[in-house]
Amino acid sequence: MSDEPIRLTLPVTGEADAEAIRALRSGQRVLLSGTLYTARDAAHRRMVEALARGEELPFPSEGAAIYYAGPSPARPGRVIGSAGPTTSSRMDAFAPALMAQGVRVMIGKGSRSAEVKEALRRYGAVYLVATGGAAALLARRIKSARVVAYPDLGAEAVHELVVEDFPAVVANDSAGGDLYTEGIRAYRREADV
Amino acid sequence: MREVTAAAVMAAAARLCVEANLRLGEDVLAALEEARKREESPTGREILAQLVENARIAWEDQVPVCQDTGYAVFFVELGQEVQLVGGTLEEAINAGVRRGYTEGYLRKSIVGDPLERMNTGDNTPAVIHVRSVPGDRLRLRFMAKGAGSENMSRLAMLKPSAGWAGVKEFVRQAVREAGSNPCPPLVLGVAVGGDFEQCALAAKEALLRKVGEPQPEPRVAGLERELLEAVNDLGLGPGGLGGRVTALAVHLALLPTHIAALPVGVAFACHAYRHGEAIL
Repeated sequence: MSDEPIRLTLPVTGEADAEAIRALRSGQRVLLSGTLYTARDAAHRRMVEALARGEELPFPSEGAAIYYAGPSPARPGRVIGSAGPTTSSRMDAFAPALMAQGVRVMIGKGSRSAEVKEALRRYGAVYLVATGGAAALLARRIKSARVVAYPDLGAEAVHELVVEDFPAVVANDSAGGDLYTEGIRAYRREADV
Repeated sequence: MREVTAAAVMAAAARLCVEANLRLGEDVLAALEEARKREESPTGREILAQLVENARIAWEDQVPVCQDTGYAVFFVELGQEVQLVGGTLEEAINAGVRRGYTEGYLRKSIVGDPLERMNTGDNTPAVIHVRSVPGDRLRLRFMAKGAGSENMSRLAMLKPSAGWAGVKEFVRQAVREAGSNPCPPLVLGVAVGGDFEQCALAAKEALLRKVGEPQPEPRVAGLERELLEAVNDLGLGPGGLGGRVTALAVHLALLPTHIAALPVGVAFACHAYRHGEAIL
């Protein structure tokens, strides 16, 4: 990976932070510190249903970062179990509605739909990927964890995580850059299909 | 007849669940190390380094290699001279899964009804395949099968005229469309032949061979190499972010089939390919 990673503090607060998010470009490495909220399949469904009823998201949504993850349980005395990213495309149907509420950073793995990429442009948001399966390594970067919504969902509950130097790569930026397309093109040895 | 107790089966199943999830197998680790040497993409090399480091941390911190500790899948070979006492095989395995996933702090990822989607809370029921074999042993082979890779599985009933070229194209297409979702570099189980369900099962079971274990049949070994090359030419690379190593290995099974059929099944395993076995 190229160059030194870019350090970002989350949530995104104020114009300087927002500009830093908009300036990110696909392929750049980042190190995240601050607050993330975990949410995956079931939590997304509930959040979007809550919005439809005119309710608010269960965490401060302005500038928020969502991590698509369902951690394994913590052993006694530990902060968390393993906590790698899950496949983001299952959240594609919900992501634009959350960006409309102020969410500016999403972290997961795998490529996104055209609708999500369009929403990234519209809202000046960014989609980052962490290494799928590097769940024990990533868990060490999580300094605290607590459930803030939907405790009945177990691993799928919304957790507030405080992270330090959490490593990720910019996959889709707000200018239309897409690392999945660009990266694969460089190494493909078959005719275009 | 030789007696094997349900309690022994339960204990073995529980241990397999915990060990496979906390300690990445030597076969997979060796394949990842080897992949690091030939990967050309800097991002790819960095990801492979993270994966090797991740396996070390998982064992040191006693946390799962991946948070998706999966469906608990068992392939059981039950010797005809084994008499199971003190309970049924299915109950014993499920009791082991319950204990392993609870005491091992593994994630419970199974919902009881696919539409209501309420979590069963203990990762049961396990997926259990039993085959009767000669002898007086009971062999339990386990894999923790995450959904990221499982969701990419494919099966096609090709026309026999499609031949090997058609098989190869189907496998390549399945991997291309899966993209980064199944967490490459992958281990692929490919079955050709059989009927619909036998083909799917054989593809899954082919995963259980140790990564890097030589294929004894030279013709099949050649076909495996061809598939591996075709898949690696896709350029997906580690994490699907571009690179040379899209798959660590392809395990191929050829099965007798019908004169009118050419089924092809593709089972995906991610790089966190967790498996193990016990013989009772």
